[in-house]
Amino acid sequence: MKNNKDPILSLHNITKSFGSVVANDSIYFDLYPQEIQVLLGENGAGKSTLMKILYGMYQADQGEILINQQKVVIQDPNDALRLGIGMVHQHFMLVPVMTVTENLMLGDEKTKGNAFGKLSKLDRETVRQEIIALGNKYGLQVNPDAVVEDLSVGEAQRVEILKVLYKGADILILDEPTAVLTPQETSELFEIMRSLIKQGKSIIFITHKLKEVLAVADRIAVLRNGKVVGHTTPAESSIEELALLMVGREVLLTATKGQSHPGKVVLNIKDLSIKSKSEVMVVKNFSLQLRAGEIYGIAGVQGNGQSELIEAITGLMQPHSGHIIILNKDVTHSSPRQITLVGTAHVPEDRQKHGLVLGFSVATNLVLQTYYLPPFSNGWVIYPEKVEENADEKIDEFDIRTPSRDALVSNLSGGNQQKVIIARELSRPINLLIINQPTRGLDVGSIEYIHKRIIEARDKGVAVLLVSAELDEILSLSDRIGVMYAGELVAEMDAKGANREQLGLYMTGSKKEKMLKENINQ
Amino acid sequence: MAIFTALLVSSIAILLSGASPIKAFSALAVGAFGTRDNLIETVVKATPLIIAGLGVALAFRGGLFNIGVEGQLFIGSIVAVLVGTNFDLPKIINVPLVMLAGALAGALLAAFSGYLKAWHGAHEVITTIMMNYIVLRIITWAIGANGPLRKPLSIVPETRSLFESARLPLLISDTRLHMGIVIALALAAGVYFLLFRTVLGVEIRIVGKNLHAAKYVGINVKRNIVLTMALSGGLAGLAGAIQVMGIPPYNFTTGFNVGYGFDSLAVAVLGSIHPVGVVFSALLFGAMDAGARLMQLRAKVPIDIITLLQGLILMFVAANQIIRSLYHLPAPSKEDSVNLTQSWGGE
Amino acid sequence: MTSILLVSLMSLAIIKAAPLIYGALCGLMSERSGVVNIGIEGMMLTGAFMAFMGSALFSKWTGGVFNPNVSLVVGLLVGIISAALVAGLHAILSIHYKIDQVISGTVINLLAVGLTNYVANAYIDPTHLSGVGVFPVWKIPLLSKIPILGPIFFEHQPMIYLMFALVLFLQYAIFNTPWGLRLRSVGEYPQAADSVGINVIKTRYLNVILGGALAGLGGAIMVLESVGRFQKLMTSGRGFIALAVMIFGRWSPIGAFGAAILFGFSEALGVRLQFGDINHLYALVVVAALAVILTSIVWGINRLRNRSTKGKSPFLIGGIFTLGLTILYLANQVEFPKVSVPIEFLGLLPYVLTIIVLTGLVKRAVGPAAVGKPYEKQ
Repeated sequence: MKNNKDPILSLHNITKSFGSVVANDSIYFDLYPQEIQVLLGENGAGKSTLMKILYGMYQADQGEILINQQKVVIQDPNDALRLGIGMVHQHFMLVPVMTVTENLMLGDEKTKGNAFGKLSKLDRETVRQEIIALGNKYGLQVNPDAVVEDLSVGEAQRVEILKVLYKGADILILDEPTAVLTPQETSELFEIMRSLIKQGKSIIFITHKLKEVLAVADRIAVLRNGKVVGHTTPAESSIEELALLMVGREVLLTATKGQSHPGKVVLNIKDLSIKSKSEVMVVKNFSLQLRAGEIYGIAGVQGNGQSELIEAITGLMQPHSGHIIILNKDVTHSSPRQITLVGTAHVPEDRQKHGLVLGFSVATNLVLQTYYLPPFSNGWVIYPEKVEENADEKIDEFDIRTPSRDALVSNLSGGNQQKVIIARELSRPINLLIINQPTRGLDVGSIEYIHKRIIEARDKGVAVLLVSAELDEILSLSDRIGVMYAGELVAEMDAKGANREQLGLYMTGSKKEKMLKENINQ
Repeated sequence: MAIFTALLVSSIAILLSGASPIKAFSALAVGAFGTRDNLIETVVKATPLIIAGLGVALAFRGGLFNIGVEGQLFIGSIVAVLVGTNFDLPKIINVPLVMLAGALAGALLAAFSGYLKAWHGAHEVITTIMMNYIVLRIITWAIGANGPLRKPLSIVPETRSLFESARLPLLISDTRLHMGIVIALALAAGVYFLLFRTVLGVEIRIVGKNLHAAKYVGINVKRNIVLTMALSGGLAGLAGAIQVMGIPPYNFTTGFNVGYGFDSLAVAVLGSIHPVGVVFSALLFGAMDAGARLMQLRAKVPIDIITLLQGLILMFVAANQIIRSLYHLPAPSKEDSVNLTQSWGGE
Repeated sequence: MTSILLVSLMSLAIIKAAPLIYGALCGLMSERSGVVNIGIEGMMLTGAFMAFMGSALFSKWTGGVFNPNVSLVVGLLVGIISAALVAGLHAILSIHYKIDQVISGTVINLLAVGLTNYVANAYIDPTHLSGVGVFPVWKIPLLSKIPILGPIFFEHQPMIYLMFALVLFLQYAIFNTPWGLRLRSVGEYPQAADSVGINVIKTRYLNVILGGALAGLGGAIMVLESVGRFQKLMTSGRGFIALAVMIFGRWSPIGAFGAAILFGFSEALGVRLQFGDINHLYALVVVAALAVILTSIVWGINRLRNRSTKGKSPFLIGGIFTLGLTILYLANQVEFPKVSVPIEFLGLLPYVLTIIVLTGLVKRAVGPAAVGKPYEKQ
C-alpha cells in the first residue's frame, strides 16, 4: 500500500549524542498518512532515542521535525500529544494501582465544572462512557473500572493503545509492542493496527524481530549504530537481507548445535506447587525430569509461574508442596547456598537486580558465588590476590570488555555484564544450569556468544533449564520444550517437531495436551 | 572543601549573633591544639567518636542506618556502671569485663532493632530513634530522685563512681589521656580487616549494596542484618563504656555524652564510611568539641554553634555535588554511595 | 464519673494528636509524591521555633499595639513559611541533588536542632524573650452543646478546627481531584506520569514544600496553642511518631487521623496519670480497647473508599468494633486493683506503640511504589 501523498511527519538530519556516544547520527525519516512504517534495528541501534526525541522526552542536538510540512518544536510529551503524536511504550506507562479510567484521564483530567482548577471534582463517569465508546469504535474493549495491576499483559496493552487514542493521537508510535505477547496476541495486535490505519491513523512500529517486519510493514527503515542504513519494503526484501542490513554482517539466525546425548536425570521435580506472597497458587502440580546433556526450554507468556518455579528450584522461595530433587538429593527446602553447593548454576532473569552487585568491581562480582571457598578464602579470611588472579583469567577467557578488573561492573555494557555472570556461573564445576531470559536486551553479537556457551555447557554434560520469553530462542536452543500456562505445564514436546503457532496456542491456554505418563516415568 | 564551606556558612551565624568569626575560630583552634593539655583533650574527646563512628560506618556498609547510636552508647555506659560499681575483681579481669558488658548491652539493643527490621520489616531509622527515647527515659528514671542507680545523698542525678579496678589506666599520668585511644585505633584496624578481608565483611557489604543479589548468592540476609546491627551497636556500647571507665569522676550523669550519637553519624559520613576516614574525622570533631569551651569564653559564641557546624559539614559532605558545583571540581571517578532507602517499604 | 473523665481524656487526646496529625499529613504529601521524609521532626521543630520567634518579636517590635492574637497569627505564618523553606532544602537535596533521602532527612533534623538550640542559647535565653500566650478556645455555637461529642470535638482552639478541615479537605483532594490523581501517579509510577506530560520534578517539589508547611503547623500548634513558648528540642520525637502514624493510617489523611488519636490518647493518659486520679491498669485496658475500635474504623473507611470487595468483611469489622466497645464498657464497671508504675515508664507508651505499629503493620501496608527513588529521565 504505497501512498503518494505528502508525508504527515518528517525528521530531518536528527542528531543526538550522550557524552561521546552518538545515539542518532543525522537521521532522515518520513511517515506517510495511513501507513505502517517499521523502524528496524537491534538493541542499542538508536531506535528508542529517536522516538523519544519525537515524543519530546529528549531534545535533539541538531535537526528538525516537520508535521504536515510545518516545522514544529517538541519540548515535552504535552507538545507531542497536542500535535497528535502518541506513544505506546515498551514498558507500559500505566499506574498499576489505579483504574483504567483514572489512567486514561491522567494528565488531561476532565472535571465537573472548573471552579477550583486542579482541585475540582474528577468527572469519572463521563470518561467511562467515552472509553466504552472509543473501545467499540476501534475494537478495543476493556473494562474501564478494572484496576490495571489485575489486567493481563494483552489487556494492559489494549489499555495503553486506547490511552493514546483517547488523547487524540493520529500518529502512533509502538515501541517493541510484541516483546511480551504470544504469537496469537501478536496477530491480534496486527489486526488492530490495520484497522487503525483504515480509520485514518498512521503508525511507526519499532522492532528487532525480522519476521514481524515482513508481516505488517508498508515500508521499512533500518537503523544501525545510530544511522539509517537502508529504506525498503517487504516486497523488495527478505529476512536474510534485513538481517544483513540490521547487523552489518552475516549472522546465524539459529544457533548451530549437534545431536544431544541425554544422560542420567539431574533435576527431578515432582508435583511441585507454589503459593505467591499474596497466597495465590502460581505453580500447580508441576513435574519435570531434566537429564544431563540436554537443554529443556520452558516457553510461556511472562507471569505464568516461570519466575516462581525458578525461584523455588534455586531456593529463593519455599514451595507449597511437592519435591525438587537434584542428583538424588532432596533440595525442596534447602537454602540457596546449599543448592549452589550441589553444583547448580543460576543465571537470573534480572541481571542487575539479582545477578550482580553493581557497586562492586568486576573482580569481586566474578567470585560472588565462591568467595567463601578455597582458593579465595579459608572460610574466614579472604585472599585478595587469588580473587584478582581469577578475574584476569575469566576476563580473558570470556572476552569481557572492561577497562580493568577493578572497574565497577555498573560501568559495563549490558552484554558484558551478562558475560560476567555467565563466566562466574559456568566456570564452576556444575551439573545443572538454570538460565532465565539469557539474552534480554542484548545485541546480536552478545546473543550469539551466549548461545554458543550454553550449547557448550550442554555438550559437556550439564543439564540446562532454559526459560525465555523469546520463542525463537527457545526453538533454536532447546532439545525438549515445555509450555507453562497459568502455573501448569500444559505441553511437553521434542524440539524437532515444535512450531511457533502450536506453541502459541499452548501459551494462551487454548490448547492442552495430556502428558504421557510413561514418558515421564522412564 | 565541605568543611571550609560549612565554616563559611556558620561564620554568618556567628556574625549575626554579634561576635567575630575569626576570633571565634582562632579561639577554637587554640582550644583544640594550643597546649599539650588541649591536644590531649582533643584526643580524649575524639576517642568515643572514633569507636561509635566505626559502629555507624559498619552499619552503613551493611545498608543499615543506625541512628540509635545515642541510645546504644547510653545503655553501654549505664551497664558498664552497673557492673563496674558492683564487681571489684582484679583490674586485669575487671576492665575487659566491664567493657564487654557495655558492648554487649549496646549490641543487644541494636540487634533488637535489626531483628524488627529483618523479620518484621520495621525500618531501623524509626525503631532505633524510638529506642533512643525509651533508653533515655529509663535512664532518667534509674538515676532520678528515687531511682535504683542514684548515688546516695547526691543532689544531682548521677550514679556512683566505678571501682578503681574497673577504670582504664592512664597513658600519661596526671593527664586525662587514658587507654581508650589505643583501643579505638585497634578497633579501627579491626573493622577495616573485617570489612575488606573477611568472608563476613564481604557478606555485610553485599547485603548493603544489593539485598536481592545477597539472597541470590545464598547469604542469610536476616541473620546478616541482625549481626551487622549487633556489631554496630556493640561498638557504640563499647564507646559508652569507655567513656565512664576513662574519664573522671568515672560515673554517669544526665548531661553526659548527649549528642555523641549524632556526632558519630556525621563522623562516619565525613570519613566516607571508611575506618581510616572515621579516625581522622573523629579527631576533627574532637578538636571542635575540645575547642568549643575556649571559643565560648573568648568570643562569647554559644557552644551550640558546633552542632550547627557539624550539621552543615554532614550536609555538604552528603551533597558533595553541591560542593563540586560551587568549586567547579570534576566528578569523582569511583562512586561508592550507600543506598538506605532500598528497604523503606519493608521487604 | 468515669464517663466525664473519658470525655475530657478524649478531648485532650485530640489536642495531643494534633501535632502528630499535621506531621503525618506532611509525611503523606511527601511520600505520596515519592519522597521519603524523615526530616518531619526537623521541620516541626523549625515551625515551633519560628512561630515563637515570629509572634514574640512581632509583639515586642510593635510594642503591644495589636491584640495578642494578631501576633500569634503572624507567628503562625512565620512558622509555616520557615518550615516550608526547610522542606524546600530537603526537596533540593533529595530531588535535585539526588542524595539518599534518608540522609537528607537526617541532615534536616541535625540542622534544625543545631540552629534552634544555637539561637535559643544565644538570643532567647539571654534576652528573656517571652511569648505572647496562646490562642483562645472557641466554642462552636450549638455544636458544642451536643452531649459527649460537643465537648470532645467542638471546644477547641482554632488550629484544631483547621486540622479537622485539612484532614477532610486532603482526603477529598487526594482521591477525587486532578491534583490528587497527579500526586499519586508521581509517587507510584513517575515514568507514566512523565509520559503524559506531568512534570514529575515540579510535582515533587510542590508537594514536599506544601508538606513542610503542614509540618510547620504541627510545630506551631505546640507553641501557639499549648505551652506558649519555645523549649529546646520540644518536638521530642513527634516527627518520627508521625511517620508511624502515617503508615498506620495507610497513607490516607482519615487513616492518619484515626491512628494519631490512638497516640494522642496514650499521651493524654500519661498527662492525666501524673495527677494520680486514674488507676494504671484501667488506663491500659482503655488504650487497648481504643486501639481495637480505631482499627475497625480504619478498616471500615478503607472498605468504603475502595467500594470493592477488597478489605476485611463487614462482619469482621462490625464484630471487632463491638468487641472494643464492650471492653470499654466493662472497664468502666470493674474495680481494678491498684498497681503503681513509675511515671517515666508511662511516658514510654507512644514510643513503644510506634515500634509495635511498625512491626505489626508495615509488612501489610504497602506505600507508594516509587517512594525513595530519585526520578531519572530515561
